[in-house]
Amino acid sequence: MSRLRRDKQMLVMMLPGVLFLLVFFYIPILGNVIAFQDYQPYLGIGDSLWVGWQNFSDLFINPDFVNAFWNTLYLAGWQLVFLFPVPLVLALIVDSLMSPRIRKVFQSIAYLPHFLSWVLVIAFFQQMLGGAGFINNSLRDMGMDTIPFMTNPDTFPVLVVVQMIWKDAGWAMIIFLAALASIDASLYEAAAADGAGRWRRVWHITLPGLRPVIVLLLILRIGDILSVGFEQFILQRDAVGAGAAEVLDTFTYYTGVVGGGWSSGAAAGLAKGVVSLVLIWGANKLAHKFGEDGIFAKKVG
Amino acid sequence: MATPLFTKKASGLASDSKRPVWKEKPSLFYQSIKAVVLVLFSISILAPMLLVVSTSLADNEQLVAAGGFVMWPERPTLEAYQTIFRGPMVLQSLGVSLFITVVGTLLALFVTITMAYATSRSVIFGRPVILAVLFTLLFAPGLIPSFLLIRELHLLDSLWSLILPGIFGAFNFVVMRSFFMNIPGELIESARIDGASDWQILWKIVLPLSKAVVAVVGLFYAVGFWNSFFNALLYINDHSKWPIQLLLRNFVVQGSGAADGLGITTTPPPQSIQMAVVVVALVPILMVYPFLQKHFAKGVITGAVKG
Repeated sequence: MSRLRRDKQMLVMMLPGVLFLLVFFYIPILGNVIAFQDYQPYLGIGDSLWVGWQNFSDLFINPDFVNAFWNTLYLAGWQLVFLFPVPLVLALIVDSLMSPRIRKVFQSIAYLPHFLSWVLVIAFFQQMLGGAGFINNSLRDMGMDTIPFMTNPDTFPVLVVVQMIWKDAGWAMIIFLAALASIDASLYEAAAADGAGRWRRVWHITLPGLRPVIVLLLILRIGDILSVGFEQFILQRDAVGAGAAEVLDTFTYYTGVVGGGWSSGAAAGLAKGVVSLVLIWGANKLAHKFGEDGIFAKKVG
Repeated sequence: MATPLFTKKASGLASDSKRPVWKEKPSLFYQSIKAVVLVLFSISILAPMLLVVSTSLADNEQLVAAGGFVMWPERPTLEAYQTIFRGPMVLQSLGVSLFITVVGTLLALFVTITMAYATSRSVIFGRPVILAVLFTLLFAPGLIPSFLLIRELHLLDSLWSLILPGIFGAFNFVVMRSFFMNIPGELIESARIDGASDWQILWKIVLPLSKAVVAVVGLFYAVGFWNSFFNALLYINDHSKWPIQLLLRNFVVQGSGAADGLGITTTPPPQSIQMAVVVVALVPILMVYPFLQKHFAKGVITGAVKG
């Protein structure tokens, strides 16, 4: 009780944040119960009928949902294989630069796109690669066929990964650079004295030194795997078509908000959230098994 | 104040420009590969921006001669900008974006600072509150329940629907809190003994020491509010309340997207007008970018990520 009195002002300070969490996070979580209802807006949550797991079992025989599900996994695979290594490679190159000025200039350029909105990024890509964009205009002037970079469903995964690299690979470099800077330089010197060449030093010192960071980022990536990039997809879904560009998040939006299928939209969203939670928990467990800290390194308090 | 957040080491920027004796000089082959990668990556980022800015400034004659795009305006003109600012749409949407960015950032800073400071000290209920925040990093309530909530609160078509959901971010909270935790406890204890209240301590002692982190977190929130488009797509129907990003999406991205599908080469609004809208959305970010860079280069962010 005395602690309560002592901390009174601190508790008041927590109030705005706690209120925010309650209203905009924890109450909507409870709102997910409509996934188990046949929710009708005019009846509200209180009076809508309960249907148990019906919405979920409906989803799994809905070809659109199945398509969105596989698209999500497919695109996530592309990202994991082709996107994940890029910042690491860039960081290794930047770290090996001897001139601080070149480093600085490159970092200034590379970090910039991270702060642009997806709308701007897609606008830039359209002006460069779109049907009426710079490159296709030039091709047309030279009498050649145009290339549908932005609208071909088959090459959509490539486009998506290129856009992600353009926007965020530079920024993602930061964390690797910080980790590289924290590797003890005398290790390199000792290895070099023992006759280890450039590549052996990368293999035996740099990569092991980066291991905790790589593991951490992989775990976060895996937990995020079902959110392949909402804004990026919703902006391009019309141009490429739902066949290739529909992912779980856009499915939720179009089914629920646009189509009025509130309950099946909520069911899709809830299923995605729960699977992500399980994935991140599992990946973290796995990391602990391999002797890494993972994300919950027990220093919360 | 010995805070590890500001050590040069954490920024990854500090390195001797001298090559140590044991390090062999890379072969010409590797050096040229490195140079090519860095130069291509930089050009791919800068070229579209140059193209867009130049085209927005180009006059009609040059545009027609060049077939729609120019890399350098020969006779720069502000005609496109005069056109877009003549109608109410662009000005209105800029006003909306400015409003949600300024009000949103101020509210967000208030909520984040108070929450981060209160939980950075050993306080009753501190731990469960921190866990409640961290859980938001692992699980999202989902689109549909959030939409229904905004509707229940009667915030549809209100600018508050673009502000309130964004006034607290777990990542910014973590950055802020780990900074506050590095402020020595003796400083705060001695102020308390002198009879200062917690609010006075926060306002007069903690905040003056935390200008850099407040600037960074504030800029992060501001960029987030300025860039957000999806909330507006969800919650705002009234055209006069569109933020600039939604305007950009509907006029530029959707506009030329349709042209892509139909194979039309010239879209109804001339290129330079579209580009002018793009530039208008881009310029504020370019203006704050040097500040952003100055602070995160100091390692505020990386230090907090690692801590």
